Amino acid sequence: MPDHIVKAYDQDISSLKTMLAQMGGLAEDQLENAILALSKRDVALADQVIKRDEKLDEIEREIEEKAILTIAKRQPMALDLREIMVAIRVSSDIERIGDLAKNTAKRTHAISESLPRRLSTGLARMGVMAQAQLKDVLDAYARKDDTLAMRVWRSDEDLDALYNSIFRELLTYMMEDPRNISLCTHLLFGAKNLERIGDHTTNIAENIHYLIHGKTITEGRPKKDVTAMMNPSEVD
Amino acid sequence: MDQLSPQVAELPRIMSERTIRISAEDVNIYYGEKHAIKNLSVNIPDKAVSAFIGPSGCGKSTFLRAINRMNDTIPNCRLTGDVKLDGKSIYDKDVDVVQLRSHVGMVFQKPNPFPKSIFENVAYGPRIHGLTKNKTDLEGMVVASLKKAGLFEEVKDRLHQSGTGLSGGQQQRLCIARAIAVNPEVILMDEPCSALDPIATARIEELIDELRQNYCIIIVTHSMQQAARVSQLTAFFHLGILVETGDTDEMFTSPKDKRTQDYITGRFG
Repeated sequence: MPDHIVKAYDQDISSLKTMLAQMGGLAEDQLENAILALSKRDVALADQVIKRDEKLDEIEREIEEKAILTIAKRQPMALDLREIMVAIRVSSDIERIGDLAKNTAKRTHAISESLPRRLSTGLARMGVMAQAQLKDVLDAYARKDDTLAMRVWRSDEDLDALYNSIFRELLTYMMEDPRNISLCTHLLFGAKNLERIGDHTTNIAENIHYLIHGKTITEGRPKKDVTAMMNPSEVD
Repeated sequence: MDQLSPQVAELPRIMSERTIRISAEDVNIYYGEKHAIKNLSVNIPDKAVSAFIGPSGCGKSTFLRAINRMNDTIPNCRLTGDVKLDGKSIYDKDVDVVQLRSHVGMVFQKPNPFPKSIFENVAYGPRIHGLTKNKTDLEGMVVASLKKAGLFEEVKDRLHQSGTGLSGGQQQRLCIARAIAVNPEVILMDEPCSALDPIATARIEELIDELRQNYCIIIVTHSMQQAARVSQLTAFFHLGILVETGDTDEMFTSPKDKRTQDYITGRFG
C-alpha cells in the first residue's frame, strides 16, 4: 500500500496502531499476572494488576480521541476508514479483557486462605489457553493475518469446552462439601472471566477479518459453552 | 445466457432495482490524437444519482458531455461506439441535438444564469421549445420549476430582478430550475458545488436527493465525500478508463480495485 499524499495522515494511522500494540502488550501482561496471582495466591501481584488496569483505560481513551480526531480531520475512506473503526472496536475489546483480568486478580484476596491446589489447576489450564488466544489474535492484528485470526476465531470453542468441564468439576466439589462453596464460586467467576476473554478475542478476530476483506463474517461461530443449560442433577 | 450469469451476479445492487436510462457501449472519445475515453461501457440507472469520480484529466467530464453531445461543439473531438437514451442512440443522424439537450439537461461548475430576470431564466427553455400554451401556463411552469429547485420561497418577491444578482448558491439553484423547466429525463451536473460554500452545497445536495425521485442524475465531483453522500452508484475513472462501477455504499468502504482504493483514500496523485 503506497503512502498517503498527506504524510501527517500516515502518522495519524500509524500512531493508532502503535497505541494499540502497546495496549495489547499490556493486556497480555495483565492476564498473565492475574492468572499467576490467582493460582499462587499472590496478593501483592494481584494488587499490582488491579492498579495497572488504569493504564489500559487511559490508552483506550487516547485511542478513541485520536480516532475521532482523525475521522474529523481526514474523512477517511475505504481501508483507512476500516482501519480506524477497527482500532476503536479492538481497543474496546482489549479494555474489557483488562477489566476481566483485573476482576480475576481481585478474587485472589478472597481465596488466598486455603485453596487446595487441585481446585486451581483447571483454571490455570484455562488461563494458559486464553493467553495463547490473546497473543495469537494480537499477532494476527499486527500482521494483518486473516488465517491466524480465523484460527483464533474457531479455536474459541476449545476454551468453551474447558470452561464446561471446570464448571462441572467445581459444581461437584460444592456438592461434596458445602464449605467449598465460597471458594468454588470465586473460581467459577474466574473461569467465567477467562471464557469471556475468549469471546473478546473472537470479536477481535472478526474485526481483523473485516479490516482485511471489508466484509463481516456471516457464518455463526462454533460455540461450546453449554453451562447456561446445566443443573446440579446432571453432574455426577 | 449461462455465460452471462456470473457478470449479472456482480452487477451493482442499484441496477437490479432500477431501469436502465442510459447505456454506453464501447465508447471511445478522441481530442485529435489524444485518446480521452477508452472502450467505456456502462449502464446508468433511472431515478438515482450516479457519481463519476477520478483525478483531473481522467475523462469523467468528457464522458459526461458525451451524454448530451456537448462535445459536438469541440473541433476535432471524435466519438466511436454508442450512447443510448432509453434504448435509442443519441448519435443517430436523425437526432435533433437541441431536442436531445432538452431531454438531457446540464448544470455546470460555475453558475451561469442568463443576464436576464429570474423569471426569464426559467421561462426561456419552455418558450423556445414551445412547451406551454399561454402566459398563465408559462408562469405556472416557472413557479413549479423554481419550487422544485427549492428557490421559489427565496425569490418569489423579485422574480423580475436579474438572475445574476443572486448569491452563488441561489444562482446554481436557478440553473437547476432552468434545466428542470424543459421536463428533462436526465440531469447532468459537472461539479455543481465546487464554487459554493458549505451551506449552499448542503442545499444543492438536499435538492439532488429530492430530484432523484423523478430524474436520472449524473454528477461529476471532485469531492469524494459528496459522491458518498449524494449518489447510489459510483463510477471511478482513471486515465480514460472506467476502472470500477459499484454501489456507492460499497465503493467507499470496500472498493474492489486497488486503483480505486488508492484514489479514494488519498494515496496517489
